[in-house]
Amino acid sequence: MSRIEINNLTKKFGDLTALDDVTLSLEQGQIVGLLGPNGSGKTTLIKILNGLLQPTSGSVSINGNAPGVETKKVVAYLPDRNALPDYMTASQLMDIYGDFFADFDRLKAEAMVDDLGIDRQQTMKKMSKGTKEKLQLCLVMARQADVYLLDEPIGGVDPATRDYILRTIISNYNENAVVVISTHLIADVESVLDDVVFIHNGKIVLHKAADEIREEKGESIDKLFREVFKC
Amino acid sequence: MEWNFRDGIPIYTQIIDEMTMRIASGAYEPGDKLPSVRDLAVDAGVNPNTMQRALAELERKGLVYSERTSGRFVTKEEAVLSELHEELAKRYFEELTEKLRKIGMDDKAIKTSVDKWMKEMH
Repeated sequence: MSRIEINNLTKKFGDLTALDDVTLSLEQGQIVGLLGPNGSGKTTLIKILNGLLQPTSGSVSINGNAPGVETKKVVAYLPDRNALPDYMTASQLMDIYGDFFADFDRLKAEAMVDDLGIDRQQTMKKMSKGTKEKLQLCLVMARQADVYLLDEPIGGVDPATRDYILRTIISNYNENAVVVISTHLIADVESVLDDVVFIHNGKIVLHKAADEIREEKGESIDKLFREVFKC
Repeated sequence: MEWNFRDGIPIYTQIIDEMTMRIASGAYEPGDKLPSVRDLAVDAGVNPNTMQRALAELERKGLVYSERTSGRFVTKEEAVLSELHEELAKRYFEELTEKLRKIGMDDKAIKTSVDKWMKEMH
């Protein structure tokens, strides 16, 4: 069943076309890499799926619904920057998530927070940039959502944490959910992906199974990316 | 046990090779229960669907079998295992021979050298 449907989606900011007639359908049971260089439209696309931006034309739907109250119940979203109140502690933020999201698994979140050595009583303001990112990811991944939209989940963390995050994504894998990971750090994520979507100048230039690409091209996704997006 | 993946080769075929090696070398013994797909996927750092696909292929080849409720096991069939050894030995031998031929050795020289090296390595 397709969880995410995007039809002829165009988004313009004044003269700038951020997304240009994008059509894409993503099935459940998959981990999908949304891969593109800086400014290719990845974050714009994810923001539209979350209802934070409105399409200029075209439409998107999640489980058949346009972004809104219904979709927010089933979408776990990791934004590309911190959107949580920074005067709160990790523990208080887990309370907030528990209040807002019926699918939030508090015990799972606590286990992840402890695994990553985050002090539950520390306010977010006092946390390092990397720790803030880790905490946000714990909150998002502790939900039992249908759709995970992760915008640059591994951008600012150290390699050991990166491994932990990827292992968390794998061990959380559920055949009813779709996980979308937007990143330009391809070598780090490519082994966990089913499908890859290349986006460039607001257009989808490739949508294929990762192993199919390796088989056909005899090269890694990272290498193909460097070729396609050569500067 | 470490998983190392090389670039540009489908991950599922690399998993098949690695698991085959583990079975042939006795790291997984006949009748051993394999870890779950999820645990293997986490351990290898790969997508669970990819791991599932590789295990299905190993099952098709008869190297592992499933029991409906209790999981996947390494085959106990002697014939399958000895065929596997034969196949791997042949593959390694071909690789070796190919390399030796590349550096100009003919079959006779290879045979003589194999005997010589075997003695030296004891």
